[in-house]
Amino acid sequence: MNYNKAHKQLKGLKLSNSVATRLFSSLICLFFIVPLAIAETDLEKGFEIAARSDRSDLGFADSTVKLKMVLYNAAGEKNQRTLSLRTLEKENEQVGDKSLIIFDSPADINGTALLSHAKILDADNQWLFLPALKRTKRISSVNKSGPFVGSEFAFEDFTSQELNKFSYRYLRSEACGDLMCDVVERTPRYEHSGYTRQVSWVDQKVYQVRRVEFYDRRGAKLKILTLDDYRLYNNKYWRAQKMTMNNLVTKKRTVLDYFDYQFTNGFKKRDFQKTVLKRIR
Amino acid sequence: MRWLSLLLILFTSSLHAETNVSGSVSTQLRYFHQDPQWPGQFSGRQASIAIEPEFRTKVGEGKFTFIPFYRHDEHDDERSHFDIRELHWQTQFDDWDVLIGINSLFWGVTESRHLVDIINQTDFVENLDNEDKLGQPMIQFGWVQDWGVLNFVVLPGFRERTFPAAEGRLRTPLPIDTDNAHYESGAEDKHIDFALRYTHVIDDWDLGAYYFYGTSREPRLLLNNSGTALIPYYDLINQVGVDLQLTQEAWLWKLEAIGREGQGKTFVAMVAGFEYTFYQLANSSTDLGVLFEYLYDDRDASAPQTFSDDDIFAGLRLALNDVDDTSILTGMILDRHTEEKLITFEAETRLSERWTLDAEARWFVDIEKNGLLNSLASDDYVQVEVAYHF
Repeated sequence: MNYNKAHKQLKGLKLSNSVATRLFSSLICLFFIVPLAIAETDLEKGFEIAARSDRSDLGFADSTVKLKMVLYNAAGEKNQRTLSLRTLEKENEQVGDKSLIIFDSPADINGTALLSHAKILDADNQWLFLPALKRTKRISSVNKSGPFVGSEFAFEDFTSQELNKFSYRYLRSEACGDLMCDVVERTPRYEHSGYTRQVSWVDQKVYQVRRVEFYDRRGAKLKILTLDDYRLYNNKYWRAQKMTMNNLVTKKRTVLDYFDYQFTNGFKKRDFQKTVLKRIR
Repeated sequence: MRWLSLLLILFTSSLHAETNVSGSVSTQLRYFHQDPQWPGQFSGRQASIAIEPEFRTKVGEGKFTFIPFYRHDEHDDERSHFDIRELHWQTQFDDWDVLIGINSLFWGVTESRHLVDIINQTDFVENLDNEDKLGQPMIQFGWVQDWGVLNFVVLPGFRERTFPAAEGRLRTPLPIDTDNAHYESGAEDKHIDFALRYTHVIDDWDLGAYYFYGTSREPRLLLNNSGTALIPYYDLINQVGVDLQLTQEAWLWKLEAIGREGQGKTFVAMVAGFEYTFYQLANSSTDLGVLFEYLYDDRDASAPQTFSDDDIFAGLRLALNDVDDTSILTGMILDRHTEEKLITFEAETRLSERWTLDAEARWFVDIEKNGLLNSLASDDYVQVEVAYHF
C-alpha cells in the first residue's frame, strides 16, 4: 500500500462536482489517506530504527568469538555445548555476512563445522563438515525454522539477521530496564521462516537490540529472546555477552554466553570458502 | 618410509603444552545369528575395542596432526590392526595451501556408493561400507582462485586393502592372502601415483572433476597356484571422475560418474539420485529425508567384480534434532536383475557429554547361490558400539 496508489484510485472514481460529493470525497481523503500517511511514517520509522541499529555495526570487518551454549529442559536439566564463531562482514547490503561455526564439545562432535554464506531473500549457501568421514556436505538451507543443534534457537535466529531480510513497522517507544526503547515489528521477507512476525526492542542510546519476541505461524507468541551485558569493542562495536532464548510453549530455555571477542583478524573471502572446512582444526 | 619417520620426529619435538589431545575409545559388539558358511569362520559374537587419539599442535604458521588408530578383535587377526590415519604438517600462503604427510581425503556426494572417492585405500576389515579408510602418504597442493580450486596430489607409496582373516566373517569363500599381493607396476607399492582435481561452487551447484593415474585401490582377486586362497592383484589405471550436486530448496540432486582404463576392458560407472527432506515433520523438530539413487556400472568380468551394476537404492534418514543428536539412516540396495537385496540400518545417539551409542545392522536377502554376494549370504549381523570421547 502506498499513498500514490490510493490517491489514483480515488481520482478514478467518477464523482460529480456537487459540493456534497466534494465534501464527501474530502471526508474519504481524511479517512483513508491520512491514516495511510501515518502508516507510511511508521514503516519508514521502523526501517530507520532497524537500519540505524544494523549500521552501527558497519566496518567491523571480521570477528571471532567463543560461545558456551547451555540447554535447559522444562525440568531444569542441562546440556552444554561449546563452539566458536568466525564472521566476515558482508561486502554490501545486497548480500549477507559469511560465517563459520566450529563445534568444540560435546566431544563426539568436536571439529564439526558449519559454513554459511548468507543471502538476503534467496536461500543461504551452507556446507557442513563431518570430521569422522572427513566429508564436506552442501546442505539445504530451507530448514530455517528447525532447532539449531537441539537448542531453542532456530537456524534463522542465528543466520537471518540482515537488515533487508525483514520489513519493519514502528509500534511505540517505552522503557526497557534503565533505557528507553523503540519497539519495532519486523516481518520476515524471506521464504520458509517459522515466524509470522517478530517484535524487537531497540534502545535509543546505542541502538542495540535488547529483546525480541517471536510469533509462530499461527500468530501465537512462541519465544522470547533477551540480550544482556552489551560491551563496546574497538570503541565502536557493541556486542551482547549473553543471550537467553525462552520457549513459552515447551518451557525449554537456551542460554548463550559469548566470550573472548576478537575483531579485525585480517580474514579474507578465501578463509570462508568450503575448502577451508577440511583443515579447520 | 624415511620421510614419514622424520615427520613423526618433527611432530614429537614440536609437542608442547598447547598440544590439543582428543579422540575416542570404543567397544564394539557384533552378533551373527546364522551359522558360518565357510570353513574356519567363527560363529556368534565378535567383540572388539578400538582407540583413536588425535594430537594437534601449531608450529608457527603451520599445523601438525597425528592420529594413530588401533583395533583389537577377539577372533579376526586381520581385523586386529594398527594404522596411522593422519600424520601431517600443513600450512597456507596467499592462494596456496600445502600438506605433507599421511592424510585422508574424501571426494563425492552420493550415499549408496562412494564411486569417485579414490585417494585413500578402504580399510575393509572395519566395515563393508567403504567409509573407513587407511592413511595415505601424500604431498598435496591446493590453489584457490575465484574461478575454482585446483588440487594436485602426489601419492608416494600405496596401501593394500585390508581383508578379513580365514576365521573372520564377511569374507570371500576362499580367504585372501594379503601377504602376497601382486602388482602390475614393477615398482609394486612404491609406485608414485597422482591426481589433479578441480572443484568449484556456482550458485546452487557444487561440482568436482578429476584425473587420477596410479595403482587401482580396488584389486582384482586371483586364485593362487595351490587353489587355497585369493591373491589381490593391483593394476595401474587411468581414471576420470565427476561429482555434481544441485541444492534447491529441500532437494539435493546428486551425480557421481567415473571412467576407468587399465583394469580389463575400459568401463564407466555412475550413481545418480536425490535426497529430499521433509523438515519439522508434523510440527515436531524431527526431519525426515527420503533418499533415492540409481547405480550403474558397465564393467565386465575382466575388472574387479562389483555388486552395483544395475541397482536401485532407496533410503530414509530420520533426524530427531534433540539434545542428543539422535538420528537413524536405513536403506536398501536392490539389484534389478537378480532381485538380491542388501538392507542396512544405522542409528546413533549421545548418552552423555562424553559417551555415544551407535547401532548398525545388515541383512543380505534373496541372495543367489552362484552370485557375487553368496559369500556373505550367512553374514547378517547386528552391531552395537559404545564410545567414550575425550
